[in-house]
Amino acid sequence: MPKQYSAPGSQGKGERDMSAQFMQYLLTGLTVGAIYALVALGFSIIFNASHVINFAQGEFVMIGGMVTMSLAGTGLPYLLAIPLAVVAAALVGLALEKFAVEPARGASVVTLIIITIGASIFLRGLAMLVWDKKLHALKPFTGDTPIAVAGATILPQSLWVLGVTLVIVLALTWFFSRTLFGKAILATSHNRLAAELVGINVRMVLFFSFGLSAALGAIAGILIAPITLTSYDVGVMLGLKGFAAAILGGLGSGIGAVIGGLALGVAEIMSAGYLSSAYKDAIAFVIMLAVLFFMPSGLFGKRGGERI
Amino acid sequence: MSLLQVESLSKKFDGLNAVDDLSFDIQPGAVHSIIGPNGAGKTTLLNLLTGIYRPSGGRIVFGEYDLTGRAPYEYAGHGIARTFQNLQVFFNMSALENVMVGRYLHERCGLASALLRGPRLARAEKVCRDEAAELMRYVGLRSYLSVAADAMPYGALKRLEIARALATKPKLMLLDEPAAGLNPTEALELDDLIGRLSERGVTVVLVEHNMRLVMGVSNHILVLDYGRKLAEGSAAAIRNDPKVIEAYLGSAVAHEDPVGGPSASAVAVAGEARR
Amino acid sequence: MPPHLASARTGGMAALATVIALLPLALSNNYFYDIAILVGLNAIVCVGLNLLIGYAGQISLGHAGFFGLGAYGSAILASRYGWPPLAAMLTTTLAVAVLAFLVGRPILRLKGHYLAMATLGLGVIIFMVITTEDKFTGGPDGIAVAPFSVGGLVLQGERIWYWLVGALLLVAVWLALNLIESPMGRALRALHSSEVGAEVVGINAADHKVMVFVISAVFASVAGSLAAHYSGFVTPGKVTFLHSIELVTMVVFGGMASTFGAVVGAAVLTTLPQLLTVFKDYEMMVFGAVMMGTMIFLPRGVVPSLARLFQPRRQEASGKEGGA
Ligand SMILES: Nc1ncnc2c1ncn2[C@@H]1O[C@H](COP(=O)(O)OP(=O)(O)OP(=O)(O)O)[C@@H](O)[C@H]1O
Ligand SMILES: [Mg+2]
Repeated sequence: MPKQYSAPGSQGKGERDMSAQFMQYLLTGLTVGAIYALVALGFSIIFNASHVINFAQGEFVMIGGMVTMSLAGTGLPYLLAIPLAVVAAALVGLALEKFAVEPARGASVVTLIIITIGASIFLRGLAMLVWDKKLHALKPFTGDTPIAVAGATILPQSLWVLGVTLVIVLALTWFFSRTLFGKAILATSHNRLAAELVGINVRMVLFFSFGLSAALGAIAGILIAPITLTSYDVGVMLGLKGFAAAILGGLGSGIGAVIGGLALGVAEIMSAGYLSSAYKDAIAFVIMLAVLFFMPSGLFGKRGGERI
Repeated sequence: MSLLQVESLSKKFDGLNAVDDLSFDIQPGAVHSIIGPNGAGKTTLLNLLTGIYRPSGGRIVFGEYDLTGRAPYEYAGHGIARTFQNLQVFFNMSALENVMVGRYLHERCGLASALLRGPRLARAEKVCRDEAAELMRYVGLRSYLSVAADAMPYGALKRLEIARALATKPKLMLLDEPAAGLNPTEALELDDLIGRLSERGVTVVLVEHNMRLVMGVSNHILVLDYGRKLAEGSAAAIRNDPKVIEAYLGSAVAHEDPVGGPSASAVAVAGEARR
Repeated sequence: MPPHLASARTGGMAALATVIALLPLALSNNYFYDIAILVGLNAIVCVGLNLLIGYAGQISLGHAGFFGLGAYGSAILASRYGWPPLAAMLTTTLAVAVLAFLVGRPILRLKGHYLAMATLGLGVIIFMVITTEDKFTGGPDGIAVAPFSVGGLVLQGERIWYWLVGALLLVAVWLALNLIESPMGRALRALHSSEVGAEVVGINAADHKVMVFVISAVFASVAGSLAAHYSGFVTPGKVTFLHSIELVTMVVFGGMASTFGAVVGAAVLTTLPQLLTVFKDYEMMVFGAVMMGTMIFLPRGVVPSLARLFQPRRQEASGKEGGA
């Protein structure tokens, strides 16, 4: 690079540019990654409770963003619109469990996969009817003046994404380790029969886990909508990538979902920035395949096989 | 020459030595039993001897072949067959097809002939079906010839696994608790079946808690406890071995069991053994 | 072979051949022929996929990828490089078989959800490569494909294609039925039920899984090549994750481990969207609801569920006979 032979000061500046650029990619990556992490957490909660992989997880993300957009459009303040949107998504999650998953209890993996995919197509079709096929913007929560951080800039909305994700992770940690209901969910995921024997209402746990996971998805959708826009089909890619994050972290592991999501977001943005953006969307799946080939239980997943 | 040589075989499960530095030989012919309290490592040993588990240490030599670290289908290919304590029946097939699968090694065909189904394959299939039916009659499943596996009672399924294992034409047959869950009549029929297997020239290794069966059919007994060899010898010698009595009864009386306490069934079995 | 199996086999083949032979009487125009050809092509994919999912019990959520590789391989070789279509198709099929063989081994070590995710990832990656490498594939816009020809004889027009696809479907079904009833087919069904059980009688489960994966990929690839030549144009639309799901749904809808079920599933779910166009804006919702509904109420699929429905009646009848 010819730049290196110019004035002595420029090398330092180049380095600073380099590190500023790195910082920029890192911040963007973490923001995207936090969203993947929330989606992955939703997957994990449902998977733990019911051993169902919910392919409609991405649709919760869509519902969160779209409902908030509509409610805010009627002039409702975010303080009201957002909780309502989260509740709406949670209700959809509960309905999904009640009317699609619960009646198919004991069905095979393939059958359950098709049911949740059918649900996701249904919800997308519904969203297309209720709204339209257009992209919609959501106003950032607190303005859009970029904030300078270590030579890079970060949008206030990104801070919201990171901050809320952190709060949610802490809240979930507390919920699963300190509350009776959280422990009941963990017990159910560990050994359903034993949980039933000690008097845990397993059906209630399954029901609730769908609601909780839908709420998480909706929050992710609301947080990211001001940055990336939203539409009836945003859930498809976000859902699949959240999935890849869950696999990377180890299916069913909470901490794994968070680390997996962040790692995936950073890897995606870095490779798009430094290598090529043509395959930006493919990175998540390449990483997922590599993990499955070489470390099938992910970073934090349970190891060990079946007993004969 | 011995048929099977096991040399300081070990299997560890995160710190637990399920099989611990175990060595023994199996001579061809005759019925060899492996007994021991619950959790002694008998099933783990059979899993090692069929390649389902990879040993943490030691060697498994079968005839003149060192099979250590080989895959289960290679063990089968060398002539080791087995049944399972937790049934591994193919429930998506008929009973007869289960046994036909057992003939896989002797009826293998190329992909092209499978896809095109030449006359040779059609003929081989007929032979396979006839021989499978013959084996089912041999183990006493005559009345289940056209029954789906998932419609069979437990006792019949245990025999079905024996027929399937026999279909591989094994030199060595490992039976993991074949009498468990059988009613007394069925268990008595098993004595007879094991005797006939042995007469057929198949060396039998029997893992069993039913002492009447073990003492009745075995030429040689190996006693395991905590994955180690506790005693080895003829039925009479084992019956009177104080160490064996101690292992079955003593843990309840003499010392605190470090792992889990003696199970009720071990004591019951010991009771049977004394009878 | 017991007589009842022989009759189910030859009887089923005869019934399918009859339907294919007589269907043109009901096909009043080219639009119906077009749908029938689509049904046939999807049925070929499903018959292969059913060997993998229904018989061997290994799920794949990425078979649209193999379909797409077949379509694009043929399209690129025949149209961009002017290869004779038959040579292009055979070369593409071989390449897809090699690819499936190479990825099959690590992928099929996985089970259940993990296998589903890995095949999904594979399909999505193939889709992304096809949409991104627009120099070869035309990207999202797609690419025109030369008509199919064998030794100077150009195959064009719905009627010719109908008979070609019909004949190939019969061949595909025949091959699948043969395989299932061979020792290899029994090995596949055995490892579906118990992998250890299969291994201890001498079956190399990993090899068998890879083999059936390759076979199913080849079926999908050939159908993709034919579809490309038939329609004269390919776009990434048929390579999507959603199309993979549609294919699996066809298999499960018709009934797993039922070759004729796979054909029925393909027929119903290929024509369904055509019928659903009357729902206009509700089309997508109805399709999703149908997917959910059939899986909830007929988890075994249509053909085995119907078979069960008729079973008790037959028993009743024979019971009466015995009593009389
Ligand atoms: N896959 C495994 N992972 C971890 N521990 C195992 C595994 N298989 C067996 N064990 C442990 O190894 C020990 C030996 O078990 P094993 O099943 O071999 O006993 P066994 O002698 O067959 O008992 P039983 O008479 O009850 O069948 C037990 O403590 C068991 O819990
Ligand atoms: Mg055991």
